[in-house]
Amino acid sequence: MTKALLTGNEAIARGAYEYGVSVATAYPGTPSTEILENIAQWKEIRAQWSPNEKVALEVAIGASIAGARTLVAMKHVGVNVAADPLFTFTYTGVNGGLVLVSADDPGLHSSQNEQDNRTYARFAKMGLLEPADSQEAKDMVGQALMISERFDVPVMLRTTTRISHSKTLVELGEPQARTLKEYKKDVRKYVAVPANAKVRTGVKQQRLLEMAEFSEQTELNRIEWREKRVGVVTSGIAYQYVKEALPEASVLKLGFTNPIPLKKIADFAAQVEQLWVIEELDPLVEEQIRAAGIKVSGGKAELSRVGEYSPSMIRKAILGEDSTAQAPAAVPVRPPVLCPGCPHRGPFYALRKNRKRVTGDIGCYTLGASAPLESIDTTICMGASIPVALGMEKARPEEVENLVAVIGDSTFLHSGITGLIDTVYNKGTTTIMILDNSITAMTGHQHHAATGQTLQGEATSQVDFEALCRAVGVKRVRVVDAGNLAELEQAIKEETAVREPSVIIARRPCALIAKQTAPRLKVNHDACTGCRMCMSIGCPAISFADKKSTIDPTLCVGCGLCQQVCKFNAIVPEEGQ
Amino acid sequence: MKGTMSILLVGVGGQGTILASKILSEVAMRQGYDVKMTEIHGMAQRGGSVVTQVRMGEKVHSPLIEPGQADYIVAFEQLEGLRWMHYLNDHGTVIVNTQRINPMTVITGAAEYPGDALEQIKAGAPNMVQLNALDIAKQLGNMRVVNVVLLGAMAKQTTITKDDWLAALETTVPARFLDLNRQAFLAGYSA
Repeated sequence: MTKALLTGNEAIARGAYEYGVSVATAYPGTPSTEILENIAQWKEIRAQWSPNEKVALEVAIGASIAGARTLVAMKHVGVNVAADPLFTFTYTGVNGGLVLVSADDPGLHSSQNEQDNRTYARFAKMGLLEPADSQEAKDMVGQALMISERFDVPVMLRTTTRISHSKTLVELGEPQARTLKEYKKDVRKYVAVPANAKVRTGVKQQRLLEMAEFSEQTELNRIEWREKRVGVVTSGIAYQYVKEALPEASVLKLGFTNPIPLKKIADFAAQVEQLWVIEELDPLVEEQIRAAGIKVSGGKAELSRVGEYSPSMIRKAILGEDSTAQAPAAVPVRPPVLCPGCPHRGPFYALRKNRKRVTGDIGCYTLGASAPLESIDTTICMGASIPVALGMEKARPEEVENLVAVIGDSTFLHSGITGLIDTVYNKGTTTIMILDNSITAMTGHQHHAATGQTLQGEATSQVDFEALCRAVGVKRVRVVDAGNLAELEQAIKEETAVREPSVIIARRPCALIAKQTAPRLKVNHDACTGCRMCMSIGCPAISFADKKSTIDPTLCVGCGLCQQVCKFNAIVPEEGQ
Repeated sequence: MKGTMSILLVGVGGQGTILASKILSEVAMRQGYDVKMTEIHGMAQRGGSVVTQVRMGEKVHSPLIEPGQADYIVAFEQLEGLRWMHYLNDHGTVIVNTQRINPMTVITGAAEYPGDALEQIKAGAPNMVQLNALDIAKQLGNMRVVNVVLLGAMAKQTTITKDDWLAALETTVPARFLDLNRQAFLAGYSA
């Protein structure tokens, strides 16, 4: 048997390959992105990036109804975007099995919130699986597809960052044959009009009862008997922490958590002195256990409703043991920063210099909110920049000339277009800047509908942003070089001064994918007056000591932005390149 | 090896902690150990503080290393070494690259880089090895091999043989970079 060390995401991709998935879709989002990137290696699977999670799920629904085993992957907040089709798809049910991977992010390592998406599974009345390592992540793709087809329901495979991005050993298996289930037109099942959906409501309730019985029987929910003083009900990564912290405790490990196996839990509870429920984030399992009248000795109240758990937190809560580790040293924080040469730096510098109120969006450019650029006033969710600006204009029409909405290229395609249409339709006059670095950068450079390449790197059509903006009714559309401060400032001044909607496309490829064409720069210390102007752009390659700036040659990519702000021509190309 | 061995690789986004952790994991698998590795991607990668955690042993449950539990800390940068020092256990070893990379908080003047970071690490660590891995890498002609130089320095401190480490290196590093990385590993090993 071949073993490999795989991340949870790599294992899920492998599961899709081994368990007969034919169609896979996603929009990139940490910590889910690598699932589709890895699936792309198998030509047997038709895999694609969609412009957003709603579209990704809808494509997946079509594939499932047409009879294919299907996987759709997204980060936790992506499920918010996909919630509309999801909540009706649990009425219609599937044809080919469908697994929706929701990669949650307890601790907000790379997210704007830390919602617990297990609640979605309960809310939508779908099956729910929670892997505790990469082996389970792979196996559960197969189990999810089986459950999906058996109960005619989509199944959520819910990971967390520690599952998605931890590597553990996985046994590789042979791929099953990929077969399509027969497609039959079935209007009463797949046309969700009231008359049909009313009937399906009953089907949905009956299916939930059957899944509850399955939950009692399945080995996915298993008891590991050890000492009976402490018994723990746990799921997901918390299972590993419990095993580490309490090697003597009996454990009821839940792999299938909607519906939960209440009878099995009651039996387990009856045989242990103390019953603890250890689950990260919301008390989804605990509240149901308590509501069933089963006595719980401890859980959320003793641990936490927020952030990640750890073995020491569990030891402290249950055993009262404190950590003996030394206190952390007081050191300066090292927040993430825009890279040297990042094409977002110029626009944010120009916006701040012109004292604009900026509604921001989700991507690398959210870092424009950090010091020293500090150019962003709001960040809510994907696509919010444009409508939030419109709302600000509606509230304070007299201040609209100070207002600019900033959105990245991939985010604009994801959910920015409807906001732009709303601005035009409702007579908004704000200026919208599309920061077009021609890639989905933050998640690690994924293609999208405007890059001209597919997930697999094949050539395809390319959205024309200028034409698109004009087509929805924006008359003032201009393209500027995001690396040219004079051009940027002129565009911002002119476009915010006119009382009609306008779009500035600030274009320059991401510095991490663009080949370096300009020579690296250095500071001529004879000319440097120590004015610190170059420090105000927040470039990590520039430092200041002994009243002079210095450029780190190992970091500089020669973008020239610092040259443009230096009033003393003290920044010059390094010789001999 | 009794129990588990826990190794923290700490540094700044972009310094190459990921390749180092791959080689480490390969070594563990070659020894027949269970191994788990965890790291954070995404937002923090952009020049922020990054940490990769590797645990190996007969059976590893939690991928997390907690304060006071690391047997080894490999610090790719001084300040990052100091930031994670409290993760070291009471007999642990720190391998620290003397390279300094200013965080944005220092660049903007909001904070000061601790000039005595190395002294503070030394004061808190039962064992410490310091080396200028950037200089060594530059001498080898490629600044990107800082990671493998540091791994070599760490390897010397373990009971796993040099040959086992080199074998792991060979299966992890692409063939065209193998010579360079072998040199980098050996330079770190003898530093």
